[in-house]
Amino acid sequence: MTSNAQNFPLRRRTIVPELLKDRGDMLVVAGLGSTAWDITAAGDHDLSFPLWGAMGGAVSIGIGLAISQPKHRVLVITGDGEMLMGMGSLATAARLDLVNLSICVLDNEHYAETGMQTTHTSLSTNLAAIASGCGFENAVTVSSENELADVLPRLKKGPGMQFVSIKVRIEKLDFSLPPKDGVYLKTRFRKAILGDSAIASS
Amino acid sequence: MEWWQGIYKAIKEANVRQVAYVPDAGHAKLIHACINDNEITTISLTTEEEGVAVLSGAWLGGDRGVLLMQSSGVGNCVNMFSLAKTCQFPLAVFVTMRGQWNEFNPWQLPMGSTTKPTLETAGFSVNTAESPNDVADFASATLHHAFVGGEMSALLLHQKLTPVKTFSK
Repeated sequence: MTSNAQNFPLRRRTIVPELLKDRGDMLVVAGLGSTAWDITAAGDHDLSFPLWGAMGGAVSIGIGLAISQPKHRVLVITGDGEMLMGMGSLATAARLDLVNLSICVLDNEHYAETGMQTTHTSLSTNLAAIASGCGFENAVTVSSENELADVLPRLKKGPGMQFVSIKVRIEKLDFSLPPKDGVYLKTRFRKAILGDSAIASS
Repeated sequence: MEWWQGIYKAIKEANVRQVAYVPDAGHAKLIHACINDNEITTISLTTEEEGVAVLSGAWLGGDRGVLLMQSSGVGNCVNMFSLAKTCQFPLAVFVTMRGQWNEFNPWQLPMGSTTKPTLETAGFSVNTAESPNDVADFASATLHHAFVGGEMSALLLHQKLTPVKTFSK
């Protein structure tokens, strides 16, 4: 069984640069695999935290970050496979009503890193409906340019907690690898947001 | 002072801002105190591994956090512990033990007997508090090891400390 994802009109490598354009002080967490490569292709940034592991943890990292930095918008960009592994975190986030948290799932209905097996979203699972059922007031699935134009500003600025699943074409793309030294990724992020106090001894 | 108050005092002194938990009877009073503390944000989790990731995000944004769970939850966390290990996130966890002492439920025994080696294998330093009088000092040392040492640090709370659970009245 295959999905129709090779014919989806929206493409991840045009969406992500739009999302990250003029990002200001937005804090970005990217799930492992394709979405980590996407944010890197759009331009690596000190306030980006691309994951190389911790599958299922992207939204949860966004939760802790959004609580600690309430004046910053936190954008979690992840894939359908990663989101499926951490669906409980949608309930955890919604319960907290984190008004500065945006979650963007780039849903190509496949596990692209492991041999293009279909995910549950290719058949029966609707991630936006799950987010809505968890308590997200703003949870939608988009699959066209018109719909995308409506949700991109809301992912970047709110208002409130946002969940958007974007149906994106399955396609073979260049790897654009971020630094994989986790300590470096952590320290550069903390220094960028907290200043020198992040690395001062205490 | 009840033993749980030793943990509460230690997390207040350490300036902990986020407390993530999966509810557990042994931690109930501590969780209640944290919920009622305006300086602490409590995060009720659907599974313990979320807490490991939440606290990593907290640290990225400059907050100190702790994770409260029972021994069964340690098994749920194993892969997510690699996030803390690889990035050297400080990680302080307080684990109420099941399957260790007068346990009425045999399904708790497998994780009860493997909690400590599981944590050690994942990279934690592990202490166990068996006496109520020891908890405050151990809690303080656990937090110091995490936030000053930058390490993964766990305190196991012996089942002797917590109420014996039965289904009788």
